[in-house]
Amino acid sequence: MNAPVSERSDNKWIGQRTVRPDGAEKVTGRAAYAADTTMPGMIWGKVLRSPHPHARIRSIDTSKAEKLPGVKAVMTAKDIVDFPLDKSVMLGIQDMRWMCRNVMAREKALFAGHPVAAVAAMSEKIADEACKLIEVDYEVLPWVIDVEEAMKPDAPILHDFIKFEGKPSNIAGKIEHKLGDVEKGFAEADVVIERSFRTKPVHQGYIEPHACLVSVSDGKATVWSSSQGQFMVRAMSAYLTGLPQNDIRAIPAEIGGGFGGKTIIYLEPLALILSRKTGRPVKMAMTREEVFRASGPTSGSYSKVKIGAKKDGTIVAAQGTFCLQAGALPGSPIRGAAGCAFAPYNIANVHSVGFDVVSNRSKVAAYRAPGAPLGCYATECVLDEVAEALKMDPLKLRLKNAAREGTKAAHGPVFPRIGFVETIEGAVNHDHYKTPLPKATNGRLYGRGIASGFWFNAGGESSAQVNINEDGTVVVITGHPDIGGSRASTANIVAELLGIDYRKVSVLIGDTSVIGFSNLTGGSRVTYASAMVATQSTEQVITTLKERAAKIWKIDPDAVVWENGEARPAGDNAGKFEPLTLAQLAAQATATGGPIGAGKQLNTTGAEGGFATHVCDVEVDPELGIARVIRYTSLQDVGRAIHPGYVEGQMQGGASQGIGWALSEEYIYDKNGKLDNAGFLDYRMPVTSDLPMLDAVIIEVPNPKHPQGVRGVGEVPIVPPLAAVSNAVYNALGTRFYSLPMSPPKVLEALQAKSKA
Amino acid sequence: MTEVQYVAPGTLDEAVRVFASASGAARILAGGTDLLVQMRSGAVRPGLIVDIKKIAEMTAIEQGADGSFRIGAAVSGAALREHAKLKAIWPGVVEAANLIGSTQIQGRASAGGNLCNASPAGDSVPAMVAAAATVTVQGPNGRRQLAVEKVPAGPGRTTLAKGEIVVSFTLPPRPKGSGDAYLRMIPRTEMDIAVVGCGVSLTLDKGTCTAARVGLGAVAPTVLLVEDAAKALIGSKLDAAALDKAANACRAACRPIDDKRGTIAYRTQIAGVLLKRAATIAAERAGRS
Repeated sequence: MNAPVSERSDNKWIGQRTVRPDGAEKVTGRAAYAADTTMPGMIWGKVLRSPHPHARIRSIDTSKAEKLPGVKAVMTAKDIVDFPLDKSVMLGIQDMRWMCRNVMAREKALFAGHPVAAVAAMSEKIADEACKLIEVDYEVLPWVIDVEEAMKPDAPILHDFIKFEGKPSNIAGKIEHKLGDVEKGFAEADVVIERSFRTKPVHQGYIEPHACLVSVSDGKATVWSSSQGQFMVRAMSAYLTGLPQNDIRAIPAEIGGGFGGKTIIYLEPLALILSRKTGRPVKMAMTREEVFRASGPTSGSYSKVKIGAKKDGTIVAAQGTFCLQAGALPGSPIRGAAGCAFAPYNIANVHSVGFDVVSNRSKVAAYRAPGAPLGCYATECVLDEVAEALKMDPLKLRLKNAAREGTKAAHGPVFPRIGFVETIEGAVNHDHYKTPLPKATNGRLYGRGIASGFWFNAGGESSAQVNINEDGTVVVITGHPDIGGSRASTANIVAELLGIDYRKVSVLIGDTSVIGFSNLTGGSRVTYASAMVATQSTEQVITTLKERAAKIWKIDPDAVVWENGEARPAGDNAGKFEPLTLAQLAAQATATGGPIGAGKQLNTTGAEGGFATHVCDVEVDPELGIARVIRYTSLQDVGRAIHPGYVEGQMQGGASQGIGWALSEEYIYDKNGKLDNAGFLDYRMPVTSDLPMLDAVIIEVPNPKHPQGVRGVGEVPIVPPLAAVSNAVYNALGTRFYSLPMSPPKVLEALQAKSKA
Repeated sequence: MTEVQYVAPGTLDEAVRVFASASGAARILAGGTDLLVQMRSGAVRPGLIVDIKKIAEMTAIEQGADGSFRIGAAVSGAALREHAKLKAIWPGVVEAANLIGSTQIQGRASAGGNLCNASPAGDSVPAMVAAAATVTVQGPNGRRQLAVEKVPAGPGRTTLAKGEIVVSFTLPPRPKGSGDAYLRMIPRTEMDIAVVGCGVSLTLDKGTCTAARVGLGAVAPTVLLVEDAAKALIGSKLDAAALDKAANACRAACRPIDDKRGTIAYRTQIAGVLLKRAATIAAERAGRS
């Protein structure tokens, strides 16, 4: 692997693989996750969940549970602020009408696992026992889980208030992007290929289950929890409990994975209400089974994509319909599916439509580039067939049509300087693509597939505070839980700007009471946005440091420069005074004007999209139907890699999740509509030995709108793998699969059918 | 809240006495890799746990003068792997036991526990069946021996009487030219549960198979001894026709279910594939050139 540009530059810390600040604590088990927090007098909360996928709740009798010794409080949806169905109250992309019904069933239980009541008791066991004593009178209703089933005219309707084209429907929303005239485009095409694709819901699979501890005292709440945004925790808890935001302090714990799934809350408002009722700190933690049953997987999907191209490979039209399973309440990532599906290409005529479809499954939550892998899967598989029909190398087809600076995307923007072409060229020239596949031996078959992908990336609100300590070291506070290396990256940037060793910079994550509003850790936005506010804060600090030196030297501040960690006299004064180091200036701070520090709060813009191209080799054992990835290379334009180790980690992590999505992960339901594989044994995420070393090639085409050139990194890597693996399996077998996962029974059945035919 | 009583007797007689006289649900604890998981999930709530790891006979591996091996029921997978002689003579049995769980689990998980958990998918059981292992059981009425395949009665159930404890496995003396192998199909490469498991043990004399046994897992309510598959191998040179016949015998023996781990059609087909592959490995180990 070539060293990224930033490692070859004259930067001292930006682009360096500095020691990660959270590493030692995590590998020694000392990092404090949400469930590690305890308090004197703490009691335990547990949730009673619906056994039915769809049932009207006629009544709930909690009296027996309340009488059980050790039980301190019982709550139901009546204790949660009700947001009437006719008025939308939005927090980011989340509607409080749905959130108040998601954290606890109100009129109806909408999925097996939907919370119905919660108990606080002296121990987890007593709380569990008490849950069993709660009597819920259910009117069991017909249910539907699959997205195609849910769209049928005779499907059970989840919500009477949802209408589509004037009729009650499970279609809760629609998004549409149009560019040019697709009919005209298809008429000009020499090759037109249209295919349908199906995928199963998959879970984010974070290792740390949802957990929180909430203490309400004197009407004020303190929340310790694992989330992708302490400000989101505060705001949602405020909405759902009726407390004003100033009476809630949300403290982010170290987070054991989120991948988007912790951008909403499940337990915090329940624990808050139980704590308010009992006057005791209340701890709640989901079991793994609860995580699978009741926290958000991403959507299952049904998609149809049609692409037309001329003989020379020019794509003239693309049409896509993407139906995504929202689960119990609206909110499928149709924007990602419909928006990202065709974004990598310069296509004159595009029509892309997404449908948000509710069904009796846990409510969808964000999952790494939400929706984009589903759109990309369909598009990139059809493109593979177009390339085959045109007898064209699949990378060359993509290169010919690649979006470049000035390309207008169907979802809106005109791209500025982007690095998509560089990822394709990087793949063409990579050793992986040039190396022939192994010859079929021992009955094993080999195939190679490629796919490209796009993700929007995001800016948004971030705050940072940079403080110079009395000894010349530095503390930086930001407002984002760190799930992808934002602390290490921020330290690299601040150390670089100040010209000091990165070990003298500690980056901490502030709770809602110590740092200004910062939006979610999500959208691949945190290193991008944190870098901007940290840079501006640090530049302000440097201005102050120069002023202090000027004051000591009694010269004009403009005659001072900051170089290599010290103030130096410049211009006419150059060489007249001994430089003053950061430590020297810090020691004199009181005498020269007081503490030195600066904060910045921004709504950042200019994030710009990210692109990647992946190359995948598979080995298939046709007798067993097993496909395994044996070589995988991701090439991604990251703008600039502030900490290449973390960037590679993001690229590898996204690829491995996408490979699992393609080959082995799926929600399996039993005949009663209950999830049948709610655990890591039968929900088959890849384990380390299932995957080869995943090569990550960092390509740096700096984002002109960012001080360090950063583009978002974390989500693009999960976009191409579904199609890359599918295309590789097709290349190995000559049989194409139009649904995921390509599990062994499915592969074997297809191969047997083929050999019989 | 139910109290759990834990005892760790030093002798088998004491263990049997306590276990047999338990008034409520009692469980034997060897490695605990199934039991503790079942207790945590609430699937079992024993009032008494009898830890057998302090009983010398149950944690020892001994080779008899005739070349047979006696393996204590509580011997861990890691201890089996580290026993060079056992591994050399019964590689299939050892590799099967070593497929259970992770490295950490291997430090605890035992073949006795795997058998008594009575999952049709237990990895060590088909290999033990193929190896013609016998099991020594001690109960209130003394000791008895039975073939390993006679222990499971169905998923989660055994034929053991109240108070009976599996003490050890005995692997018979090994004629020259013998080899065994165990293969399983799992969607992952480790940390998974067999969708199909197949153990084969055979003896070759100048390339001709003179003895064979086949154990199949995860294709019926209990692990199966497939005698028709063995018959197809015995007398043959393990040529393609014999392997096909044995594979078909395995498929014919399958009585699997459709579930989240695999379909009936898939399991049935794979049983034959694994038979051929395991027989080939066993033959190589037996010294087929």
